[in-house]
Amino acid sequence: MSKQVIIIGGGIAGMKTASTLESMGVSTLVIEREKNIGGKLNNWDRLFPTFTPASEVLDRLVDEYKKSGSRLMCSTNVEHIDAQGKGVTLSDGQKLTADAIVVASGFELFDATIKEEYGYGIYDNVVTSVDLEQMFKQGKVLTKQGEAPKRVAILHCVGSRDEKVNQNHCSRVCCVTGVKQAIEIKQLYPDCEVYNLYMDMRMFGPGYEELYRESQQKYGINHIRGRISEAAQTIDGRVKIKAEDTLVGRPLRMTVDMLVLMVGFCAGRSNRVFSADCGLDLRLSNFMKPRNPFDLSNITACDGVFLVGTVKAPKNISETLHDATSCSHSVLDYLKNR
Amino acid sequence: MKWGYNIVTKRSIDLDANDMTIALKLQEAEESLISCIACGCCTATCTAGNLTDFNFRQLHTLVRRGEYDKAREEAEKCMLCGKCFIICPRGINTRNVILTLRRIL
Repeated sequence: MSKQVIIIGGGIAGMKTASTLESMGVSTLVIEREKNIGGKLNNWDRLFPTFTPASEVLDRLVDEYKKSGSRLMCSTNVEHIDAQGKGVTLSDGQKLTADAIVVASGFELFDATIKEEYGYGIYDNVVTSVDLEQMFKQGKVLTKQGEAPKRVAILHCVGSRDEKVNQNHCSRVCCVTGVKQAIEIKQLYPDCEVYNLYMDMRMFGPGYEELYRESQQKYGINHIRGRISEAAQTIDGRVKIKAEDTLVGRPLRMTVDMLVLMVGFCAGRSNRVFSADCGLDLRLSNFMKPRNPFDLSNITACDGVFLVGTVKAPKNISETLHDATSCSHSVLDYLKNR
Repeated sequence: MKWGYNIVTKRSIDLDANDMTIALKLQEAEESLISCIACGCCTATCTAGNLTDFNFRQLHTLVRRGEYDKAREEAEKCMLCGKCFIICPRGINTRNVILTLRRIL
């Protein structure tokens, strides 16, 4: 079958879809806006719930992709999906045609500066979960003053379940990431006090609940049910936070050496453009909408345009990879019947 | 003379017995209240809660369960500064909840 499929985005969803389609005899072209493929996984150190190095998973996927025969264009932006899914326009005006388009453009991370009350980018020791992951990668977690933190608070739901910033959805993976990162801080600094401030602990995946229990039993992580309303910097550069301990029913005040914000999934900036190009509706919080979220979750109301991965909703790695396999089969069915 | 016995009032919230009329009135008057996720931001930021035992989240939760004892008194503690309205991640009109409680209780 000499059919050509364009895949927008070279993160794990795009790569896996491409290598699966290639193995089924379909030619693919992956268009990635960054210099390298791999997407957001490039920024991660270790993965929940097993503490597997992210590079281990990523290397395997990149290797599989590179051997598949798929063509790759990096540092290239797709501006539009053309003529109801028959091609794309690149940012330099070049037009490419295809038999099907797979949108694998993923998500953006929530910009924590928008929640100004937490002081990210203003106070010295307020960091995001992504910043912390970079610190783990470099093997040292230190405050701006260069000291090992003795007390850390991890705030969940930053840019999730928050209508004030048009983020109505739950980002799902932050709960378990908060637990994972709390454990990693304890592994680095056993004497450090670590607090998770949560709304609901949504341990939806295999091994997640076990990790939560381990964080309590083995590491003595504290879990407080309440959202921080605001943070302020103290004279010595620490962070003073206010919350309600909702299980006790009283306001709570605490000073920490570092406040970690669990930033959620934001819909990709291109979602609006692509959905307008194809006449598609967007879901809540601007994620892209498949025909239905059940058996038609990879196809859209626009024939020949397919969706895969976190462009539709927040997902973890295994869900994204399963979705990529599923999407490849939907694409193949479509191409066969044409 | 002390007998060592006294009459104990019920501790439980009895949803079989509680009269929900006021709870329903509150819900009708401020529909946004139904989406509360009990995160506690309102209480954390509360000006009155810093100085007294006023707890907005607990107050409206009790009323919604049909528990009205002392609720009227509690609602008076709010200074209507509106910080909770600004902070609420569900966009609940918290001031209207208080104003409604003062009216219907």
